[in-house]
Formats: sequence, structure tokens, C-alpha cells
Amino acid sequence: MGINFRKETFRDDFTFRNSPEHVRRFPFPFHEDSYMYAVNIEPHVPGPEGSVLENLIDVDEHYVSEMEDRALVLAEDPLRCQSLPHMTLAGWDLLELLMTEQAKGYPEHFSLTRDGDNWHWINRPLGIDQKFVFGDLSTLPYGPMEYITRQSQGDFCILDQRDGNLWMDAGIVTTQADWSLDFDIGMNFFEWHAPVPLAHEKGVFTRALKFLLNIQQGKPARRLNWTMTINPRLDTSPENYHKWGPDRTTVTPENVGQKVHLRVELQSFWRLPRSNALVFPIRCYLIKMDELVTSKKWARRLHRVLRDLPEELATYKGLTRYRPTVLEWLSKYDDGATTSPGFGPD
Amino acid sequence: MSAGTTKLDVTVADVVPVNELVTRFHFRPTGGGQLPTFSGGAHVVVEMREHEGAVPRLNPYSLMSSPLDTSEYTISIRRDDQGRGGSLFMHRRVKPGDRMVISYPVNLFSLDLRAKKHLMIAGGIGITPFMAQTAQLAAAGGNFELHYACRTAALFTYGDVLTERHGRRIHLYHDDRGEKIELANLLSSQPLGTHLYICGPAPMIDWVRNTAAAAGWPPETVHYEHFAAPQPGKPFDVTLAVTGKTIHVAEQQSLLEAIEAAGVDPPYLCRGGVCGQCETNVVSADGKFLHNDHWLSEEEHRSGKKIMPCVSRFEGRSLVLER
Repeated sequence: MGINFRKETFRDDFTFRNSPEHVRRFPFPFHEDSYMYAVNIEPHVPGPEGSVLENLIDVDEHYVSEMEDRALVLAEDPLRCQSLPHMTLAGWDLLELLMTEQAKGYPEHFSLTRDGDNWHWINRPLGIDQKFVFGDLSTLPYGPMEYITRQSQGDFCILDQRDGNLWMDAGIVTTQADWSLDFDIGMNFFEWHAPVPLAHEKGVFTRALKFLLNIQQGKPARRLNWTMTINPRLDTSPENYHKWGPDRTTVTPENVGQKVHLRVELQSFWRLPRSNALVFPIRCYLIKMDELVTSKKWARRLHRVLRDLPEELATYKGLTRYRPTVLEWLSKYDDGATTSPGFGPD
Repeated sequence: MSAGTTKLDVTVADVVPVNELVTRFHFRPTGGGQLPTFSGGAHVVVEMREHEGAVPRLNPYSLMSSPLDTSEYTISIRRDDQGRGGSLFMHRRVKPGDRMVISYPVNLFSLDLRAKKHLMIAGGIGITPFMAQTAQLAAAGGNFELHYACRTAALFTYGDVLTERHGRRIHLYHDDRGEKIELANLLSSQPLGTHLYICGPAPMIDWVRNTAAAAGWPPETVHYEHFAAPQPGKPFDVTLAVTGKTIHVAEQQSLLEAIEAAGVDPPYLCRGGVCGQCETNVVSADGKFLHNDHWLSEEEHRSGKKIMPCVSRFEGRSLVLER
């Protein structure tokens, strides 16, 4: 068995696509025909076999190519990966978490052998065979956080917990929806969420922080977030806005199906044991409109959600310019039929 | 969310009397293997059952073993002859080989890893979280200094162990010899970037916090932990408005335990008035609140609108809670 890793790109010629099996496992984020912010947090427990929740750290067919894209981003801009000096212990915590979960979920691709502090990590898809001493920085080619997150899909934010708040004190962020770790590093929970419209008025962040401060070891939680991206570009960062911002003017009725992507983030929240910090893996999943409409339910529902989305949210998510074109295209797939509750395709 | 944390099945590996008042308990995972990693300052909640099927009493205890060794957890418990019986149960009933249930570790007294130096002040059994924190810091080459006061040499729990492990970083003060922590001098002579940690009896915590505040220490550099053990008291009756139940809180029972015994499960973590999880709204009350928590503000205590059922009680004619 094992995963058939695709060879593809997330820039230039944009050869990214999902296999039909991966279209079906896409984490569609709308459980009903409308969308509004809510503290939509639930326990991060394993989900159905074949879904992106089957393993708590998901590895999929895009793994190898995503890791190559991350290496390209880091080579151009090393500040995408930062760790303040007091966060090294949390980095070791994260290394343990990701090695353990990947080896447990995908034993044909990853293996971890531990003999006290002497660890042996094998990553077959990336051709890595590393013996090192846990806790000894001199035995790895990078710091522990950077080492393991160059081998793990998704962005990772490590938050220090102190003074009743969470502080963005370490992370690696190369597949983000228009935010910058270099800008947010050192900020607290309220500071880095300040630009989000509507949610403050609803008290969402105060309640969310209270929940996150109490995340317990062995009891991770998760939520989904979403936006849209033109071209399957992972790195839609403020630093590279000049590269991807203009893409948003290129949407035409003829290219919606291939160019426009629904971008879903599976965010999970974990307590780290040695440092008492929290880690937020933010995993990005992309799906083309052509792929999405292979599910009649998803097509109808996305049309209705986009149509009724409040203007402030559309602006914040950067959809304003191409929303009418995408709506027109999607409307062909919405016959007005009722949709069943829940996330899955019919 | 369901109440509490994930549970761990453990077996008592050893019970070691340390001195006249303190006994140490060693727990190993019942199924073998390793226990979860934890950070210095973490506690576990121990479930104590009088007999099979009984409603458990749940008390929090700081982990004192080294976070680097997860083959076992150890806790040390001071016998409290005036308490509700949790410590007496542990001292008298728990034997090697017993199976028990404890919670996953929870840390409400974490080290601030930004600190250039960690200055620790301990009183009595308040030493236990510092046992784990000093082990963690020593292994990582951290800079720390511990000042530890006790009544007598005979009751100086782990004073010798700490001195042997950490030498001149440890300073012991015997009350019966008139030795006192010279706090004002100590606080004024610390390098920039020092963080202060206090665990001990309430008057000691207040003394150190007030002295530090007067000396201009920023509040975010001063950390303390004081679990309030639930106190016994006069029995009282409570109506739970949401579930429509009427419950009786017995003399030796906490309000939270009585709510749980009625089949209602409010969230909890520390059961010591610190974490805020079991905060409960008061619908109506005719009588006097006996607040014992460190979570609600004084203003909230006076308002009569909230109570922490893990440690606080009530005396009077009627109490209706939003549970």
C-alpha cells in the first residue's frame, strides 16, 4: 500500500491537482448552506478511515511536493521560520509529537526508534535517515522545530503560555493565507487577531482564548477555517503579495474551474508536555472548482455560502474582485435542491 | 467538553514514609510502558475510592519526580489530621500494588522560560513542585536558586536531597532555630530578568508577593501556586436550576463532589480553587458564602453571583445554582 506521492508544483506552471480519491477526502468546511464565525472547536480525535482525520497528523499525496515548495520559500526568505530563545524546549516537544504521530500513522513511510535519548528517524519519502540525541542541538542540521517542520505538511505556530495569554514566540509559516510570522512574532493572542472583522464584537476571541489556555495534554482540539486562492499557490504571504495579488485580476468565466481554489485550513491545538506551550498546526488543503463540483452537494452549498457571505468577510478574505465571476460559474451547478446536513459529499 | 482530563491507570509501586508527617507515593503505568511527559510545576488529580464503585474523592498533588524520568510519577502528601480525609486515606489505606486512577498532568504553575534566573521560595510541603522544576532546570543548565523554610530539621522534607543534588543553589531556613529568609535583601539583589516563584502556606505567599510588589517587581515576573484544600463545614442544601435537582452537601464533602454525586459533571481541572474551570453562576441565594478560592476577584466574591464549588461552601436558608 502506501501513499502515491505526486510530483507537482505550487508556483510557476502550477501542476498541482488532487487525485479523485483525494477530492473525496477533501475537508469541506461548510456543514450548512451559510457561514458565520463561531467558536467551532471540537476535540481532535481520529475520524473515519480514508478521511483527513483518520490520523491526527495527516500525510497525503502532496507531501513530497509541499516539502519541496517549503524548502524553496525558506531559501528565499529565512525569516519564515523563527524561534525566540526561550522556545527551543517547545521545539523538541514538537519534534517528538510529529515524529511519533507520523511514524504511528504511516509506518510504511516513517519510522522512529528511541533508545533513551538516542533517537533514529527514517523518512523514506524524503530519503532521510537521521540518528541524533534528543535535546542535543549539535546532533541535528537545524533547530528541532525547523528540522521536523521541513518534513511535515502545514504551518506550525508555537505559542508560549504566560500571564493568562498566548504569545506567538515560534513558528514556521510558508503556506499561509496572507499573514506573516515575521510581523506577528512576539504578539499575544488579541494582538495578532486584531485585523479580523466582526468576531471581536461577538466575543469570539475572549471565549476562544479561555478555551485554548485550558487545552490539556492528551486532549487536542481542532477547527476548520477557509478562504479562496487563485492558482494553487501555497505561499500566499504578505511578503510575496506582489507575486500573487495580481492573480486575483485574472479570473474569467472560462478559467474559474481550473484557477479558483477553495482553501481550507485544518487547525489543531495541542498542549506540549515539557514546555507547557501550545502548538497550532495549520494545515492547508486546496481544491479546484472543477474538482469541487464533482460533488453536487458541495457545488450547491458553496454557491449559497459565497452568495450570502457578508461583505466585510468577503473583503477580509480577499474575494471581492472575483466573487461575482465565481458565483456566476457556480450558479450553473445550483438547481435549488435542498442539501443534506453535514460536511460530506452525497 | 467533558469534565477533567484524560485519565491514567496506575499501580502504586512504592509507599515511602519521609518523616513524621509526609509520605511519598510512587505510581507506575498499570499496563507497563512510560507515563506521559510533563513539565515542572504540573500536578495530577488523584482519585480515591473508599471501596469498589464508591464515588471518588479527587485531590490535586504536584508531581515531584524529575520530568526527565517518565517511568514513574511520585507525589508527596502531608498528613492533615483536620482535613476532610483525603490525606488520611492516602496515608492509611494506600499500599504498594494498589491500582489507582490519576489524571493526565496539568501545569498551572509553569516556569517562565524567558527568565534569566529562577528564584524560588518554598514553605513546608510547598516544596513539591520545586523538586520537579529544579530537576528540569538543572538538566538544562538553567540558573536557579531555592530558599526553603520549614518548622524543624525533622520535618525538613527533602532538604537533604535538594542540598545533595544542587549544593549551593539551595538555602534552608529552620523556624525553630530562628532562621528567616531575608526577603527584602534577597529581592533587591537579583539580576535583571529574574522571575520569582512561591509555593507554600497562604501567609507566606502574601508576604512574598507584597514584598516583591513593594520592591517594584512587575506582576508578570511573580508566580505562585496555592491549592486551597476543600475545607469541611456545616452541611447545606442546594438546588441545581438547570438539571432540576436538589442536593445535600455533607460535612466532609465539597460542593463540587456533591454536584458530581448527583450525576451532574461540571468541568474541572485543579479542584483547588485555582484554574477557574468549575466557576458556577448563582441564580439566587439567601445566606452567607464561604469563599475559599483564588480565582474569583474580591468584587466577585462580594457580589454573590458566582461560586467555585471545588473549595467554597455556603451557610443559610437557600442556594440555587445554574447547573
